[in-house]
Amino acid sequence: MEALGLLLHGFAVLLTWKTLLLMMVGLVLGIFVGVLPGLGGPNGVAILLPLTFTMDPTSAIVMLSCIYWGALFGGAITSILFNIPGEAWSVATTFDGYPMAQQGRAAEALTAAFTSSFVGSLVAVLLITFLAPMISSFALKFGPPEFFAVYLLTFCSFVGLGREAKHKTVISMSLGLLLAGIGMDTVSGNLRMTFGSPELLRGINFLVAVIGLFGISEILLTMEERLALRGHAAGISLRVVLGVWKDLPKYWVTLLRSSFIGCWLGITPGGAIAASFMGYNLAKRFAKEPDSFGKGRIEGVFAPETAAHASGTSALLPMLALGIPGSGTAAILLGGLMVWGLNPGPLLFVEHKDFVWGLIASMYLGNVVGLVLVLTTVPIFASILRVPFAAVAPMIVVSCAIGAYAIQNAMFDVWLMLGFGVVGYVFKKIGIPLAPFTLALVLGNRAEDAFRLSMIGSGGTLKVFWSNGLVGSITTLAILLLFWPVIDGLLGGIGRKAAGQNGDATKG
Amino acid sequence: MSQTDIEIVVEDPTAPEDDSPSVVSSGTIEIVVCLLLLALAITLGYDNWRTGASWDATGPEPGYFPFYLSVILAGGSLYGLIAALLARRASSGTFVTRAQGRRVLAVFVPTLLFCLTTQFLGLYVASFLLIAGFMRLVGRIALWKSLLTAFAFTAIMFVTFDVAFDVIMPKGPLEAALGR
Repeated sequence: MEALGLLLHGFAVLLTWKTLLLMMVGLVLGIFVGVLPGLGGPNGVAILLPLTFTMDPTSAIVMLSCIYWGALFGGAITSILFNIPGEAWSVATTFDGYPMAQQGRAAEALTAAFTSSFVGSLVAVLLITFLAPMISSFALKFGPPEFFAVYLLTFCSFVGLGREAKHKTVISMSLGLLLAGIGMDTVSGNLRMTFGSPELLRGINFLVAVIGLFGISEILLTMEERLALRGHAAGISLRVVLGVWKDLPKYWVTLLRSSFIGCWLGITPGGAIAASFMGYNLAKRFAKEPDSFGKGRIEGVFAPETAAHASGTSALLPMLALGIPGSGTAAILLGGLMVWGLNPGPLLFVEHKDFVWGLIASMYLGNVVGLVLVLTTVPIFASILRVPFAAVAPMIVVSCAIGAYAIQNAMFDVWLMLGFGVVGYVFKKIGIPLAPFTLALVLGNRAEDAFRLSMIGSGGTLKVFWSNGLVGSITTLAILLLFWPVIDGLLGGIGRKAAGQNGDATKG
Repeated sequence: MSQTDIEIVVEDPTAPEDDSPSVVSSGTIEIVVCLLLLALAITLGYDNWRTGASWDATGPEPGYFPFYLSVILAGGSLYGLIAALLARRASSGTFVTRAQGRRVLAVFVPTLLFCLTTQFLGLYVASFLLIAGFMRLVGRIALWKSLLTAFAFTAIMFVTFDVAFDVIMPKGPLEAALGR
């Protein structure tokens, strides 16, 4: 087992006081971010990214990924105690978690949530450990046409499999790809879409856009709601923890099923939100008495939390192996890799062994440390919610501005961030999804380069995308996925009324 | 629902009322957004066509990729425009109510002012003013608490970024007077 040896080496890289300290700091910041309203995993990572600019890449990614784990853990706290999902993927946790808290079983629900999060992540990390090196060594044989086909597959699956209106996904994605193209064209050196502005020459920085889209817009959205809240406080005693853990083997089917759902949806762009709902619904469907769900059943906490964490973690697999992020947060981590001067993609496993295996080892260690940390500190984090939002909101704004400015030391970027904040707010309210935009913005240039390099290689014929079995199947699969709703409708026959809604998928 | 074990209570004194009238419907905003995107697509499309959007011997010219993306964006927004216009007959949801709009502006305007202040007085002064002002005026928090929090947060940011991590922020006359 080569992977095992490398993993042990990764642990060796990790086990220094400095890294362990950064890990703790990251986890605490992450739980903080997950608990606070108006902030979440992607925002937290985006805002705190500038802190890592002066670190070496391994320390930086360890800290950032720990912020991410922390945010995943933190989302469950508010769902259970306050019936407020801190994150969209915690919505399903409130269904049974909050009733449990009302019945005075908050500690039990929290333990269940944290434990299942841990199990979900662990399954996903195991998958990454053994699958990622295989995929990346396979992907080393890829040339530009294969890479373009994979990018195409990613984009098409977003359009074909997303649940939003198709034209809105298309708008979001094409806008992201267009904005990615602003500035210097990397193949020919020409300037594009700069309109003579020296500020636009640098292009639109991905991270600046993300900080605006997720950070600023989220504050605007949060302010719209009534922010008064009342909830249960909870301390977790060792007795409760052991009690829940003792019963754990009884729920192995639920845990395993949710882990698989999560891993699958995390690698494909289904995401943690879909995974948590699917995990919950399947647990309910297979239960002996489905009616007891929603009234405080512990399985109703296990199922969505395991799936959400498995999905959130496995979203890093395509990012590490292929350089294609499986989620918004993974896209931001990918942006971070580029800032630290690493080139995401299969070569990462060859050229930066320390980095990759340090990161994978930190996933194991971060989840163990995180589990202990949340179990012991829940009361402290729950009381963060006592801090009025009027104090938190301006601090988030300042942090966003610092983040946006620090990336390129440009005041223009602060204004750009504000603009993206407004765009994000409006888009979210009219249902234009932001994930395709984020993905397109971070992958746009790479996709275009791959396309044009394949064209130069092939002398300008599109046949290169069907020139061998591998690239041909990926391209065909991409096109199939793009038109999946139409195909699905046709297969479903005339009897199904849904076919009528799918007509718009042919657009774009 | 038992209220006995509720231990954490946070009030929201300036919460938006639930029965506030709608300012603008989602349908209208969708139409406006689609029109703006269409205009953007045409502007960018024209610029790319000018750069060269055809296909020469070695493959696509620099403007080729973005030009066709502009076409796709234009198509998508045109479709969205028509869909929104058709759906207008049916009642569309509220985009924002008056009370919500007021609250959103209560964050947006200070943020805008903050960016302006940053440009002229530097980030740290602007951050102090934003936090203190926002807590006092929007959150109705006691003045001393607002000032103290703002000062503490700004000081922590300064120490973290400027002193410890060497990440330089925009600075103004105050920092210059203090010799940093």
